[in-house]
Amino acid sequence: MGNKIYINGIGIVSAQEEDLFSEGFASTYYENIFPVISPNYRDFIKPMALRRMSKAIKMGITSAKIALKEAEIEVPDAIITGTGEGCKQDTEKFLENMLDQNEKLLTPTSFIQSTHNTIGGQIALNLGCKNYNVTYTQNSVSLETALLDAQMQFDEDPFLNSILVGGVDEISEKITSFRKLDGQLKSVPIKNLDLLKEDSTGTITSEGAYFFALSNKRKENTYAEIQNVSIKNTIPPEKINEEIEAFLETNKLDPADIDTMILGMNGDNRYDYFYKNLQQKLFKNTTQLAYKHLVGDFDTASGYAIYLAGNILKSGKIPSILKLNDIESKAPKNILIYNQYLGRDHSLILLSAF
Amino acid sequence: MTNLHTELKESIIEQLNLEDMDPADISNDEPLFGDGLGLDSIDALELIVLLEKDYGIKLTDPAQGKEIFVSINQMAQFIEENRTK
Amino acid sequence: MNKGVAVTGMGIFSAIGNNTAANYRSLILGKHGISSSEILETIHKNLPVGEIKISNESLAEDLNLPENHSFSRAALLGAFAVKEAVTQSSWKIDNETGFISGTSVGGMDATETYFKDFTEGKTDNNRFIRAQHPGFTTEKIAEYFGITEFVSTISTACSSGANAIMLGARMIKAGKLKRVIVGGTDCLTKFTLNGFNSLMILSDEQCKPFDESRNGLNLGEGAAYLVLEGEEELNGKPVLGRISGYGNANDAFHQTASSENGEGAFLAMQKALKTAGISSKKIDYINAHGTATRNNDSAETEALKRIFSKNLPDFSSTKAFTGHTLAAAGALEAVYSLLSLQNQQVFSNLNFSDPMQSSGFIPVTNLKEKPIKYVLSNSFGFGGNCTSLIFRKNGE
Repeated sequence: MGNKIYINGIGIVSAQEEDLFSEGFASTYYENIFPVISPNYRDFIKPMALRRMSKAIKMGITSAKIALKEAEIEVPDAIITGTGEGCKQDTEKFLENMLDQNEKLLTPTSFIQSTHNTIGGQIALNLGCKNYNVTYTQNSVSLETALLDAQMQFDEDPFLNSILVGGVDEISEKITSFRKLDGQLKSVPIKNLDLLKEDSTGTITSEGAYFFALSNKRKENTYAEIQNVSIKNTIPPEKINEEIEAFLETNKLDPADIDTMILGMNGDNRYDYFYKNLQQKLFKNTTQLAYKHLVGDFDTASGYAIYLAGNILKSGKIPSILKLNDIESKAPKNILIYNQYLGRDHSLILLSAF
Repeated sequence: MTNLHTELKESIIEQLNLEDMDPADISNDEPLFGDGLGLDSIDALELIVLLEKDYGIKLTDPAQGKEIFVSINQMAQFIEENRTK
Repeated sequence: MNKGVAVTGMGIFSAIGNNTAANYRSLILGKHGISSSEILETIHKNLPVGEIKISNESLAEDLNLPENHSFSRAALLGAFAVKEAVTQSSWKIDNETGFISGTSVGGMDATETYFKDFTEGKTDNNRFIRAQHPGFTTEKIAEYFGITEFVSTISTACSSGANAIMLGARMIKAGKLKRVIVGGTDCLTKFTLNGFNSLMILSDEQCKPFDESRNGLNLGEGAAYLVLEGEEELNGKPVLGRISGYGNANDAFHQTASSENGEGAFLAMQKALKTAGISSKKIDYINAHGTATRNNDSAETEALKRIFSKNLPDFSSTKAFTGHTLAAAGALEAVYSLLSLQNQQVFSNLNFSDPMQSSGFIPVTNLKEKPIKYVLSNSFGFGGNCTSLIFRKNGE
């Protein structure tokens, strides 16, 4: 770890309003698949371009632009995108037409926009950004791989100023609902805010876009510093405490230095033991937070945790709806985000106040 | 203006998702691409499928589209001369 | 000039052979793998493809997979190529081994097969529901080899494999990994065949890269992987070649088409030369992207003109051998670039007869022997994603 990396701008589109921090108000959903609260995309994208964009592209461009504007960056030095399933809506559309029309009379628009790099490519096109551009699609570590790449870029090139990193996933009518068939989603509709009280299999899902304007220079309105990111495909459940201790050690930290832990608990009783293990052992005396009862679980949902961490570190406030325990954190300094999905694709993100 | 002209405008608006437009907003001799309506090469491919689906005209070379999709007038004339349905 | 990251193993599976030796044989004999589809079920039998004529069942059997496995075809092909690469590099996979794979559609073959069943609520094949994730295909391969640490997938359409190699090389350089398996895999699917067909860029004959009368590409399938290792891991083991340069840029011009002057391609090559620390005069052979679409080949030659001006080195596209294998293309062509360095040969550009009027460029059309120290390999994709890699002969 060489250069410091700061989050100087955040843009999000999610199932929650942004006033969570000011009002503490949370939107409630009664279906296991729920959509984002859409901003007015026309404020960000020209109508002629907007007309054929699926939601993932609209959410991606919009949140990217909000993040860049806040960080006062016109064209970033790199655009790195994470998405688990990319443009599902267009994939589904082309696939259905192909199957229904027996491979005849197919139009190309939905095919073109079905590729996973469409979002990153469209952001580049919209900004006229010819720089480094990559899309990672590794399930629940898609966004984390993008962050890791950004971290390496800053280390490799001291002349680099800014990198736009983000994660996007959308719901589609059919492909998303297939998750009911293999136990990924809960079999009975629940109220999202009750997710963490559930003792059943599966989770709830939504969609969203989270973009972060990163820079090696601090600004007045900087949110936080990204200290480190770590990704691991498989961890035996009994090794989770050791793994995290080893990660903290490479960052010269003790578990006691972590004052706030953001856990990716998703109410799936088959896999939440990874988190419970940490809650009971390593981080027993740490403020523990969760967020998937607000925005659902999907491959890039951890972007919401980064958004929360950034705002907590900047404001010093923790909305009570996030809290899993009563331990107070007066002035949060180090926040660790831990996430996994179906016991695979584990990630750790360490953020600090500066 | 013939029925074909209006029909074409309606299907173009639908096929290309020109949500805010009315058939009346497209004039018959206005260029469809570039400075006129502002369509692009992806739209051209969509229009090629439209020709085949609605009028039974099959183009094999996308370059042919350039000469046909000049304006609504031009398209209508081409369809009148070549339609098989 | 920099020394570059060592390649100690490579494996490949394509329409011209199921391992490196077989691919090499086809390349030097000029034997292409383009045919009418037999395994892919499609109504478009008139569109030739670079298909591997081995069924999923037989691939799974060779890999000793249980009957209820959930490997997509891309995962099956990938596992074969990884196996060859790892065997050649002769080490055991340990907890400092990473895996980075490029794929464009991943398990779309499974998704398109079971989509209607899933829509009707049938659960018989629900183990394939997650195949829609590109990362699912990657994880199947990782699982097969017991890779548990850093596992990632890149999906930048037709430059995915090249970007996976680039990330791997960067991670070795940064000391983040000691060893990493990098490359890409994609299989033929109805989805991609119909998609490219709807764009009207598939040829109904064998593709003719860089020819004036080129009229589109042939889709192909395949997988290829390299093993990259850090210097301190080598312990005198044979090095097949080195990755000395890489560059990634975005054309930012159009969703699918390349800009007329090949800006993204130009920038990617320029960056690759810069990281390699060499001038363009040092390049002895270019394995071009050369898909044989009107648009790609003209944009790529414009970019080549801008980089090399009057000193254009020997170049060829090997897509007429394999078809365009999408995410795997950059990885397949990395293996061909390394074979070119090892054997000091330039592979031929099949089906060429007339130079393009716009450039007058003439690719190498017969196998050519010559001293080769540096090979440049190009991979460009939808979404403007352009990546160039530079391979260097070891020890020079």
